Amino acid sequence: MPTTTLLWLLPVFPLVAFGLIVLFANRNRALSHTLALGAAFLSWSGAMAIFVWALHIGPEELAKHPVHSVVKWLPIGDTYLKLGVMLDPLTAVVLFFVAWTIFMIFLYSIGYHNYGQPEGDHDQPGLPPHGATVIDEHGHKHKVPSIEPMYSRFFAYVALFAFGMYTLVVSDNLLTLFVGWEIMGLCSYLLIGFWFAKPSARAAGIKAFMTTRVGDVFMLLGIGLLYFATGTLSFTDIFNPKMLHALGSAPSGVLGLSVAGLIGVLLFIGTVGKSAQWPLHVWLPDAMEGPTPVSAMIHAATMVSAGVYMVIRMFPLLKVGTENSAFFPPLAVMAFIGAFTALFAATIAVAQNDIKRVLAYSTISQLGYMVAALGAGSYVAASFHLVTHAFFKALLFLGSGSVIHGMEHGVLHTGEHLDPQDMFNMGGLAKKMPITFWTFLIGGFALSGFPVLTAGFWSKDEILSSSFFGGHPVVFWTLAIAALFTAFYTMRQITLTFLGEPRTPAAEHAQETPWTMTVPLMVLAFFALTFGWTGIPEHFPIIGGILPTWFQEWVGATYKFIPGIFEEHVGHSLLPLYTSLTVSLGGLFLGWWVYKDIKSSDPATDPLKKWLGPFHTLLQNKYYFDEIYDLFLVKPAYWFAETFTFKWIDRGIIDGILHFAARATYDTGRFLAYAVDLPIVSGTGDLIGNIVRTFGRAFRVVQTGKVQDYMVAVMTSVVAFGALVYYLLVVVH
Amino acid sequence: MAFVMDHLLSWILFTPALAAVVMLFFPKDKVKFHRWFAFAASLIPLALSIVLWVKFDPSQTGFQFQEQAAWFTAVHSAYHLGVDGISLTMVLLTTLLTSAALLASFSITERVQTYMVLFLLMETGMLGVFMALDMVFFYVFWEVSLIPMFFLILQWGSEKGVRYWRLGKRGEAKERTYAAFKFLLYTMVGSFGLLIAIFLIGSKVGSYDIVTMFHKWPTLSGSIFGLPISTIKALAFWGFVIAFAVKVPVWPFHTWLPDAHTAAPTPGSMILAGVMLKLGAYGFLRFVLPLYPVQAKYYAGALAFLAMMSIVMGAFASYGQTDFKRLVAYSSVNHMGFVILGIAAAAFLAGSDPTSAAAALNGAVLQMFNHGLSAAGMFFLVGVLYERAHTRDLNAFGGLWPLLPIYGGILVFTSMASLGLPGLNGFVSEFLVVRGAFPAFMFLTTLSMLGLLFTGAYILKGLKHVLQGPLNTKWVGHLTDMSVREIVVIAPLMVLMLWIGVWPMWILGVINKAAMHLLALL
Repeated sequence: MPTTTLLWLLPVFPLVAFGLIVLFANRNRALSHTLALGAAFLSWSGAMAIFVWALHIGPEELAKHPVHSVVKWLPIGDTYLKLGVMLDPLTAVVLFFVAWTIFMIFLYSIGYHNYGQPEGDHDQPGLPPHGATVIDEHGHKHKVPSIEPMYSRFFAYVALFAFGMYTLVVSDNLLTLFVGWEIMGLCSYLLIGFWFAKPSARAAGIKAFMTTRVGDVFMLLGIGLLYFATGTLSFTDIFNPKMLHALGSAPSGVLGLSVAGLIGVLLFIGTVGKSAQWPLHVWLPDAMEGPTPVSAMIHAATMVSAGVYMVIRMFPLLKVGTENSAFFPPLAVMAFIGAFTALFAATIAVAQNDIKRVLAYSTISQLGYMVAALGAGSYVAASFHLVTHAFFKALLFLGSGSVIHGMEHGVLHTGEHLDPQDMFNMGGLAKKMPITFWTFLIGGFALSGFPVLTAGFWSKDEILSSSFFGGHPVVFWTLAIAALFTAFYTMRQITLTFLGEPRTPAAEHAQETPWTMTVPLMVLAFFALTFGWTGIPEHFPIIGGILPTWFQEWVGATYKFIPGIFEEHVGHSLLPLYTSLTVSLGGLFLGWWVYKDIKSSDPATDPLKKWLGPFHTLLQNKYYFDEIYDLFLVKPAYWFAETFTFKWIDRGIIDGILHFAARATYDTGRFLAYAVDLPIVSGTGDLIGNIVRTFGRAFRVVQTGKVQDYMVAVMTSVVAFGALVYYLLVVVH
Repeated sequence: MAFVMDHLLSWILFTPALAAVVMLFFPKDKVKFHRWFAFAASLIPLALSIVLWVKFDPSQTGFQFQEQAAWFTAVHSAYHLGVDGISLTMVLLTTLLTSAALLASFSITERVQTYMVLFLLMETGMLGVFMALDMVFFYVFWEVSLIPMFFLILQWGSEKGVRYWRLGKRGEAKERTYAAFKFLLYTMVGSFGLLIAIFLIGSKVGSYDIVTMFHKWPTLSGSIFGLPISTIKALAFWGFVIAFAVKVPVWPFHTWLPDAHTAAPTPGSMILAGVMLKLGAYGFLRFVLPLYPVQAKYYAGALAFLAMMSIVMGAFASYGQTDFKRLVAYSSVNHMGFVILGIAAAAFLAGSDPTSAAAALNGAVLQMFNHGLSAAGMFFLVGVLYERAHTRDLNAFGGLWPLLPIYGGILVFTSMASLGLPGLNGFVSEFLVVRGAFPAFMFLTTLSMLGLLFTGAYILKGLKHVLQGPLNTKWVGHLTDMSVREIVVIAPLMVLMLWIGVWPMWILGVINKAAMHLLALL
């Protein structure tokens, strides 16, 4: 099959699966997951075929002549907006990790949602399964995990999500990228709020959607502006050197930015929302309300990475936009936001007790690393960390899901009421869940940047050294301190969860999870170790140069042929390396040393709490960002909507004016009726009538109807008249 | 067949009215007959307008399928029909939504015959507005469409609640009475200027024919009643603008809308939001832009400001509602703001940046069609719930998704179309409008994006209170999922929402040509 056809098909498989599940398979669990997993497998196979084919072509050739196919999508005046798919070295690498993580997470979901378990005793759609009672052959009752009531729906959603992610990756233009971006946003909302009957899950879904939408509307503006400025949204057209130069040199008139600079900043705000960077980071920790495979896929490996992918994709524009922009040039903004977020989120992670929340803050922090690396000018380092992070963070999330699953098993067994996600309730799980432990350890060490062995070390080292040698010492030191925190909270997590002795009976009865969950863990662990070896720098002491620096060459080639975009900063100082080693090993040691002796399941016994005092409370409450936003943004917005706009403006002023007009008209009518019409117009008419009537009444008495009376009257008249005539004729004359 | 084909527009236009007359001859109590007859009758113009769509040649500019006959010769007004890409789109929308609304009307049980007759007459009225190429003819249909809607709201509207238009018992009115009169009076007062404007310029031109008018208009000179022609033109401009602004409605002329939409019976709301609002926007496109390019450009900034206010204030007002139907009603103000923003941008950029102007105009027309689909769909879904629960109070629902799984899925889909989710129809038109308006009104467009943010907020608020959250157990056993008939009502709308979202070429190809032709007049 030609590569272009295959590229077009990658998103189609999961979309078809989504449609089929929704329309036909929503009552058949096995069919639902078979469809979803089958589609994920087909897309995975396609992506691997494309990847292998791309390897064969080679990075330079693929960068110079990307595979590209377009169709006319809609007409505007005399022109058309064209959309299509594209494959260049960056796409190939991103496809690689996306395909693997999605496929593995689909597989994992089957076990996670308790496929094969009985239906729950009191489970209902919209709430997590509460367990089922089974009676074994000896007549003993056991409480066991029960299957998810909305099993099919879950697979429909994740299939739709996969469609969004593949669409985003294969897009050759910003518009379809945005389409995929928003469809993932919808799925994220639906999946965070998957257990929608829980008010907390419902609120988290809405929060995620709304917070990312803040970024999205700015991004859409940026896309609109770019389209206006260039007449195209296609990456290859925009990255034409002449076009880039024109965009970079024209002033936009806003904040001293060039047109490219303004577009870059607007697009980056989209990333701030999607990749949960400060100050729009607040939604990601709450997103942990969703089922754990969702946290792994959407909120670690793919969707939040898509935010970073987009800015890597647009890097030439951002770079050009930085050159002629006076204030807030995009790359400087990114360096600041990224580095700040990396440190800020890492400090919060230190004080969290929920196993998934630690990982959530860690994700925010690691995405900050990538953004900062990009801000420091190294798209290669950012891409490298993007890929390794996707592997080890998906692994950690799935591992945490496995831990929670094991704990839930224990909770059901013992009938305790405790939070199966609180790390203080765990301890000693290494012996109960060995596969989960070892894979989690690999993921954790990769996250901490454990030297040489793990992928995270190489990608983080790449970021640190490129920011150091690229002349961004502030970024370098900020990230280095953040790395210390990272290693510390990771080892704290591992120690509290897996080491020592079980602190609760539930932890005592925790159980290893089924193969559908452990196989994905092992596959991801493999990549969390080995993927870093594709990018060992040539100048690295001792082992440098043994393996080719494949990753740097491969992704570096993407924009190598656009003048002035690719920079390589190689230095001979060993300071970044020593720093990297120190913070990683030091943090790991501290994390173990501080938490190795925790015996109580009471979180108040956290030694950090004692040492840090009120500062710990501040961290535990995430610097009170939620409360501040609620007080200064959410509540005023609702007041503005309900009271100001509706009650005051619409009902008060506008309707007030209308009602006034109605009353004025009505009262004028009544005035005309009762004060003009009635007394004057009708009055005059009535007066004449009344006079006639009065006279009529007065003379009515004459009309008696008796002939005698009339005789008398006639006689009287004749006599009187005769007398008058006589008088006038005789007497007067 | 040739007879039908040669007078396709007349057939589409008068079949509903004819059917309405026929229905009068059947006994009142044949409720089932009236329902099916009205619905079947509405399928004829729908089928014919699909034929019209297929036969329409998008590569040609100007009006097609023209029909002309002497009508009101004393004032030189003629029976003149014709469609271009813009009116064709609106004709299709009207026939489609009328059929859907009539099928949705099967739940009406009171005075079914009268209801159905009024509904069909209304369809003829609306179609006439879109097809007329004569201004007097246009005005007649403009008013004809108004009256049936007035009665639909007044007689079949919601009986709940009272509104006060003045203090005391004397100012008390039933919700539907209040809404019906507000709707009728506001539109009529607005249309008064339109009537005068039409007569002023028509008597000067010596013809009410729109095509002739476009032709003669720029070279008009002299005076009427002692007033110079430029003054007449300016007066007529405001007559047009106010009439259409009330109908769209543009903020701050919008407060009749939430009342009328909320009080109207469900199918009435579908037509009101789906088609009637487009009459106003259509008036801007058909008269204001081609006749007043200079004034339109001059006032484009002001119009764009009002459009921005519609978008932003509409979104906020919607977000502030606790009544599900009123929430949806306010969303129309929000969405129609984008139509007006597109029109303003097109007027502003027509001469200087034809591509942006074309984008804005394409976006505006497509947004009219898209809003027709999503608003009608949303009102229908609100109605489905209201029929079962007899309340529209958002706080009275909660967690209904497990009870109504099909309804829930359809509601999420339609809500997302309304929200402008990429991949569905609303996004395409909003993107085009934003693309077109950004170069013209950078600041106002940016502010409008704030409205887009709150569009998300109110849509999610609706879903949150209806579908999500802990199940309100009072509804268990009292709510049934959507019936086949109800699914048939909304399914075609959903198909179109998806189709336009994924592959808008089929409809934009038609709109684009007409938009370019219109821009060439400016």
